[in-house]
Amino acid sequence: MFDTTMRRLPNGPGVGYKPQHYSALIADPAPVTWLEIHAENYMGDGGRPLAQLRALSERFPISVHGVGLSIGGEGPLDPDHLARLKTLCDWLNPASFSEHLAWSTHDSAFLNDLLPLPYTDATLSRICAHIDQVQETLGREMLLENPSSYLAFSESTWAEPDFLREIARRTGCGLLLDVNNVFVSATNLGFRPQDYTAAFPLDQVGEIHLGGHDEDLDDHGAPLLIDSHGREVADPVWSLLDITLMASGPRPVLIEWDTDVPDWPTLSAEAVRAHRALQKVLA
Amino acid sequence: MNTFTKTAFIAGAFVTAIAANTVPAAAQAQEKCFGVALAGENGCAAGPGTTCAGTSTVDYQGNAWTLVEAGTCTDIELPAMADGTARMGSLEALERDIPA
Amino acid sequence: MSIQTTFHAGLLDAAQPVPEGLTDGEGRPAGRRYSVYRNNVAVSLREALTTGFPVTRKLIGEQNFDHVAGLYLRAHPPSDPRLMLYGAGFPNFLASLSALSHIGYLADVARLELAIRHSYHAADGNPIDGNALAHLGPDQLMALRLSLAPSARVLRSPWPVLSIWQFTQDASVGKPKAGSQDVLITRPAFDPQPQLLPTGGATFISALATMPLGEAAEAALRSAPDFDPSATLGLLLAGRALEMPSC
Repeated sequence: MFDTTMRRLPNGPGVGYKPQHYSALIADPAPVTWLEIHAENYMGDGGRPLAQLRALSERFPISVHGVGLSIGGEGPLDPDHLARLKTLCDWLNPASFSEHLAWSTHDSAFLNDLLPLPYTDATLSRICAHIDQVQETLGREMLLENPSSYLAFSESTWAEPDFLREIARRTGCGLLLDVNNVFVSATNLGFRPQDYTAAFPLDQVGEIHLGGHDEDLDDHGAPLLIDSHGREVADPVWSLLDITLMASGPRPVLIEWDTDVPDWPTLSAEAVRAHRALQKVLA
Repeated sequence: MNTFTKTAFIAGAFVTAIAANTVPAAAQAQEKCFGVALAGENGCAAGPGTTCAGTSTVDYQGNAWTLVEAGTCTDIELPAMADGTARMGSLEALERDIPA
Repeated sequence: MSIQTTFHAGLLDAAQPVPEGLTDGEGRPAGRRYSVYRNNVAVSLREALTTGFPVTRKLIGEQNFDHVAGLYLRAHPPSDPRLMLYGAGFPNFLASLSALSHIGYLADVARLELAIRHSYHAADGNPIDGNALAHLGPDQLMALRLSLAPSARVLRSPWPVLSIWQFTQDASVGKPKAGSQDVLITRPAFDPQPQLLPTGGATFISALATMPLGEAAEAALRSAPDFDPSATLGLLLAGRALEMPSC
């Protein structure tokens, strides 16, 4: 059905895999052409999660998305966690591995959130050293994802697109552009989302993410968007996807829906929308 | 039971258990179902998974906590200690500084 | 102090001020924007405990559980990004809270939930069924050494822990009666199944680690004269809980 020997993601719609969708995906995945999993959920020793992943990997190209490596952490990368990641990538041989421009572990406490970084020359060097270490250990190129931001650091000296461009230049890594994160950060920090994507090195982008967000307010009554992945992708984010794809050309596009996970028809309807957006630039 | 009888008893019991658990080859070949947990069979046993999302669910943790009588434990009539004694000190408030 | 040290400290303790140098993008102090991260950490870890201990939560009610989970996650955030393992210290933490001391069985119910979760993620191993032993004569059986499959677990409790676990999910099974219970968790395929171990069964299973089948049964009979070797071996075989030793 799919060319699983192809070790790169297809320029089609993918979804974040949830076990409750296993049967639906095996029965009729259309229009979904690839799946993304969170690396940490497949670091158990056996049982159903690994059996499902093994079976799915025979049908779909798989993207491994890490959420716990803490690439932006001040301390060294956790060698045990890196070794587990290598074990997973070695047996699964995924089409892609990606992680976040963020930190989540400090003093050996894992905080289960993607925490923000100041963009300075010092953090740039540290992140590049960590990415070099990851790519050398895994023996593969990785993608780095732009975060959702709720605040900024006054010590930052780099704009985020430039910071990511420089990381890609120094390490040879690719980038994962989360268009919803761009929209969330733009709203929260007061810049134009299309300025961000225009400044972004789109030729380095190996994957695009989309997800839903919630709306809140900050202390001054200004809109504060929360990257909740708990609902449909918002209309302005679809528009931003169109603008981005027009400039970048077709890319693998992923729907992330992680909380209040819907039934398969609702999720695949989002994938259909991504499919249509891709058709526009393929035509 | 002397040693001989005991050994015979144990070995006989083992043979019984083994005989009851031999599986026909056809049943062995059946594919294990890893698609979904069988209905009612610990579908939640996987436990927590990861997230790369934020949440707008607000954490309403207050500063003081008084245990409220709630949950199915109120229907279970067992002593405080397994040996049957009632331990002192139930239902006390726990005062701690807890971040919101 | 580094920015991540202060950022981290404030996440788990609202008494700490919002770290310096955080803004809203227009130069104003970040204020409650920092609380988004505080909230993400607390809510996501509380939800992890909720998912990991659903029966414990039902036993003490959502409000009590959420509060206790809030205490635990701040005192003991995960030490590992594998969230499937989070909460290993939660049963002992529950046992340490004086406000819950009148619910003496609570920690053991949480231990049972944790053991089921660990069984779910355990290695597949190479479990045997009765066919693998059917050709053995009585002497060979008595001298046979077997080991437990990675997914098998035994929990011994002075409480009717399995009855409480079952009653909490389905009241029609009837109220638990006082008394100790030993629980065997097996994973015949992918779904862990907790079952009551008959008298002497737990002694037999722990003896298998160091003794052949015959000696293990004799040890169990010494501790419980009414031990039935057939019942316990049957449970282990049916649950795919035994392996040939690797060496």
